[in-house]
Amino acid sequence: MFEDTAQKVVDIITSTQKLEPGKVTIDSTFEELQIDSLDGLNIVFALENEFDLDIPDDQAKELTTVRQVAERINALLESRANGAAEPPAEA
Amino acid sequence: MSGRKVVVTGVGGICSLGLTAPAIWDSMMAGAVGFSPLPTFPQGTLRLNLAGSVQGFPDGRIADRTLDHTDRFAQFLLVSAKEAVENAGLAKEDPRWKDAAVVAGSGIGGEVAHDFAFWEMYGLKKPRVNPLLIPKVMANAGASHVSMAYGAQGQVYTVCSACSSSNHAIGLAWMHIQSGMCDLALAGGSESSITFGIMKAWEGMRVLSAETCRPFSKNRSGLILGEGAGILVLESEESALSRGATILAELAGFGMSADAAHLTLPQPEGAALAMRRALQAAQMEPDEVSYINAHGTGTPANDPLETKAIHSVFGDHARKLAVSSTKSMHGHLLGGAGAVEAVTTVMALQHQIAPPTMNFVEPDPECDLDYVPNAARPMPIRAALSNSFAFGGLNAVLAFRTYQA
Repeated sequence: MFEDTAQKVVDIITSTQKLEPGKVTIDSTFEELQIDSLDGLNIVFALENEFDLDIPDDQAKELTTVRQVAERINALLESRANGAAEPPAEA
Repeated sequence: MSGRKVVVTGVGGICSLGLTAPAIWDSMMAGAVGFSPLPTFPQGTLRLNLAGSVQGFPDGRIADRTLDHTDRFAQFLLVSAKEAVENAGLAKEDPRWKDAAVVAGSGIGGEVAHDFAFWEMYGLKKPRVNPLLIPKVMANAGASHVSMAYGAQGQVYTVCSACSSSNHAIGLAWMHIQSGMCDLALAGGSESSITFGIMKAWEGMRVLSAETCRPFSKNRSGLILGEGAGILVLESEESALSRGATILAELAGFGMSADAAHLTLPQPEGAALAMRRALQAAQMEPDEVSYINAHGTGTPANDPLETKAIHSVFGDHARKLAVSSTKSMHGHLLGGAGAVEAVTTVMALQHQIAPPTMNFVEPDPECDLDYVPNAARPMPIRAALSNSFAFGGLNAVLAFRTYQA
């Protein structure tokens, strides 16, 4: 499950940032990838659409590495699967 | 009005007639009319669907990531600025950029992004919108992106006065240089609002033509919306001479006025006042002017009013003027109109050719000037005006003359 999520996150960051395939790895940091605050917004937007979930503002702000992103998404997906408090996506 | 002489050292433009200023000029010389039917919109049906859309854009002149961060109106401004700066021969390392101005007009701002995002929300019921919608939509985005592209840290802002936005912007940049606030300015404007929502709004005002734009022709039936941008590189004369720049023309004066009368019905007195003030600022006698790039929207209301205003300012000399509306070819760019028309006016001075009013088929007793109908005309042009009159009764007129040291 985590591997699938991680691969999707890597793919989304690669396409959103228009980077060459292979440049983004699970261990990349946003700093290394030159992802600034506006880029971060675009990436979070693309992730929310892809996984059909909402990433709360306070959690989104803390993400600075690809691994953190994948772990956060995974946690949100798991809490949704368990019917926990994660707010349901609209539509 | 005294002050430093302001000269034009570069031009750039984009509209339905071409992706660069020379391409636009060539189209005008050929009498090309850049209108075509719009493709169908998913949002609904238009009653009138003719427009002057820019085809083949983006065209590789803007980096992919910048495209992601910008609305089409800012992209138009960026490519025009790039062209104008190259035309002026200004290097990115030039120390003038530090204090340079970027003054850009836009009547509406990032309407393409705005329309699409709201369609996704209201129409398609998507739960979230593009997170960069705010910085894409803000009307100053174009000026800001241009300032970032060149490191211009002087008077950078956007002017919003509907169809006069660009002329106001160019006029203000002229004032900044004239007064000594800066030596270099990129001035102009852009618009991109050929969206379903805005087309419906213009439909509702019942000023759009169903067939074509025929300024000053008796059977004129309204305006056609266009899109695009124009930029002039303005410099103080000393700045241009010191770096050996080619001077294309002098921006000699600027005049503005308000009708203070009606929200949408233009008044000849207001238009005349702006023209008089432009002449006065330029220290230009009326008979020095030989060409006017008219506001000339092709609406029943504008064209006789503009004719009347020109008569009142120029008296007997009005009959000797060549007056043309290039909106007959590129359509009405709204907040970007004055910019493309200022670029056109500079090229008219450079080439000594008056561009035509196309689609002119029937003289109107109320429009009795020489409108350069249907074919460009080589002629001596010492000085020229470019008129913009906006909804809200805001008028802005630029006065150019051939440069003389």
